[in-house]
Amino acid sequence: MKQKRKQTQWLLIFIGIVFITIMLVLPLATVLVYALRQGWNAFYGAINDDYTKMALSLTLKTTIVVVMINTLFGIFASWAVTKYRFRIKHILTTLIDIPFSISPIIAGLVFILVFGRIGWAYPFLEKFDISIVFATPGVHIVTIFVTFPFVFRELVPIMTAQGSDEESAAALMGAGWIRIFRKITFPHIKWGLLYGMILCTARALGEFGAVSVVSGHLRGKTVTLPLHVEILFNEFKITSAFAVSSILVIIAVIILIMRNIVEYRVKKEER
Amino acid sequence: MYVELRNINKKFGNFQAADNISFSIEKGSLIGLLGPSGSGKTTILRLIAGLEDPDSGDIFIDGKRVNDLEPSHRGIGFVFQNYALFRYMTVFDNIAFGLEVQKKDKAYIKKRVSELISLIGLGGLENRRPHQLSGGQKQRVAFARALAPNPALLLLDEPFAAIDAKVRKELRSWLRETINKVGITSIFVTHDQDEAVEVADKIIITNHGRIEQMGTPVDIYKNPTTPFAAKFIGESSTIENYYNLHGFSRDEGYDKAIIRPEFVSISKLGKEIYPHASEQGIVKEVFFRGNMLEVKISIADNEIIAYRSLEDEELVPGEKISVLIYRLYLYNEDSVRLIENEILTSRPEFSI
Ligand SMILES: Nc1ncnc2c1ncn2[C@@H]1O[C@H](COP(=O)(O)OP(=O)(O)OP(=O)(O)O)[C@@H](O)[C@H]1O
Ligand SMILES: [Mg+2]
Repeated sequence: MKQKRKQTQWLLIFIGIVFITIMLVLPLATVLVYALRQGWNAFYGAINDDYTKMALSLTLKTTIVVVMINTLFGIFASWAVTKYRFRIKHILTTLIDIPFSISPIIAGLVFILVFGRIGWAYPFLEKFDISIVFATPGVHIVTIFVTFPFVFRELVPIMTAQGSDEESAAALMGAGWIRIFRKITFPHIKWGLLYGMILCTARALGEFGAVSVVSGHLRGKTVTLPLHVEILFNEFKITSAFAVSSILVIIAVIILIMRNIVEYRVKKEER
Repeated sequence: MYVELRNINKKFGNFQAADNISFSIEKGSLIGLLGPSGSGKTTILRLIAGLEDPDSGDIFIDGKRVNDLEPSHRGIGFVFQNYALFRYMTVFDNIAFGLEVQKKDKAYIKKRVSELISLIGLGGLENRRPHQLSGGQKQRVAFARALAPNPALLLLDEPFAAIDAKVRKELRSWLRETINKVGITSIFVTHDQDEAVEVADKIIITNHGRIEQMGTPVDIYKNPTTPFAAKFIGESSTIENYYNLHGFSRDEGYDKAIIRPEFVSISKLGKEIYPHASEQGIVKEVFFRGNMLEVKISIADNEIIAYRSLEDEELVPGEKISVLIYRLYLYNEDSVRLIENEILTSRPEFSI
């Protein structure tokens, strides 16, 4: 009996390891292997390429903008939903989840339909000489769209658990909302907030579908790292494509480590 | 009148949480809001504090209408039902919070907080966080935090709810003394009648968002004006056919009666003093209540409770006994009437 249980246990563990190796470790290792196949110089050359640098800088810039905006939005929205009562609360919560259930391609198309040449906002934008589609603002906007539930989703359960009595108590003593946030709400949500921000960062860095639709693939202008990889790959510059990919993989690993550290802190805080 | 509510109404959706509430309380008094769970006690406190806005009606504090005044300008200290201590601050910072908001100078804050910490008897625990305190200690910190900015009115929402019975009793008298010492008008919520009776100068009984009765504990006990108040205060049982009992005749306006153990005296058969006014009953159960016996008796299809001294002769379940009922509260939908045993009152030696 005991023998049998041990067998099952080993079998399950074995299946898990094989699956992860085939699906995850092998591909990631391949990225690094292919990236370095033609030696360090080729690798360095691919990364040191001007377009790569521009793509990296656009990706980082986009990520910073997106994470900042979504963090603010996530805090405000979760605060509104958990600390106040209002009628359309459920509708709001549901709406905020839409990016999770909609395909990024569709998100991109939606923005083309709104801000693009055929979109209803186009005449207005043109009048003020603002370009959104096929320009960096478009890249920022779709990435914001795709990633905005992350921070919100992380914060809502934490804030719900805390309730609003502490805030009421502070408000009753005359504290303004800045003080209330700084002294009472923030210390409570900080790890959860950071966790949400990390998830948001990871997603923003790697976003492909929606960005691909609105970017127009203008090299050096609206091409992010993932798009850059695609372009290189389509041009059969396999080594360069893998070299650039490896940047994304390395960033992803760093984020993963950070995520685990923060996750640990969140768990500790909850105890 | 220090605090006055006039015709306050408050709905949550379709639910009437405060139904035309009016009452006023004097400066310096300690008022107990007593009522079953969900009867609107917390809602009343929150309305006074300004944490909820009434749909209609006026609230006055110290002669001023405060409906449109910010909660923080109403001069109110609030102790929340679950204390709501700031969990990321130390005991000291919790108590100092209100003073810091008011931008008092450091030296004053330090002095005031130390003063309060010694008032609540938690010297040495200044640097603890709320989760390092016991329930009773948290309660005291919440109390000190509410008192720190010198509010003119203190509102306490079930200040002892989360504390075990023994500590609760100690804290109760501690709170009474401390409030007297500080001399602050206070309203506290409870659903424990012993607590209300013991601590409050006056009790307000709430039910279904309405006020059933307001008065001193003794007044409410002796002259309940609504059936709910009569049943809620004190131990009581209901009697269906009160007119079948010796000494009580039917009053057409009322079909039921409430009886309390204090209205009943029991004796062994043959030892009764007023046989004509008495009734025969059967002992159902006898409970030991620490300092007396509680006897459950069945009488004319009803079950009533009587108290009996431990010194008296022992009773056993099943035994027939003589039951003398002095008085009853008759009640109908909306009124209560006290009636006395007619046979007793018509006897000259008893009516002295
Ligand atoms: N924010 C709210 N939204 C909807 N209904 C509410 C809200 N607050 C209170 N109520 C309802 O109003 C009624 C009165 O609530 P309240 O908190 O005043 O009761 P309470 O007398 O303090 O009860 P307890 O002794 O259980 O604390 C309850 O039925 C409650 O469900
Ligand atoms: Mg309550």
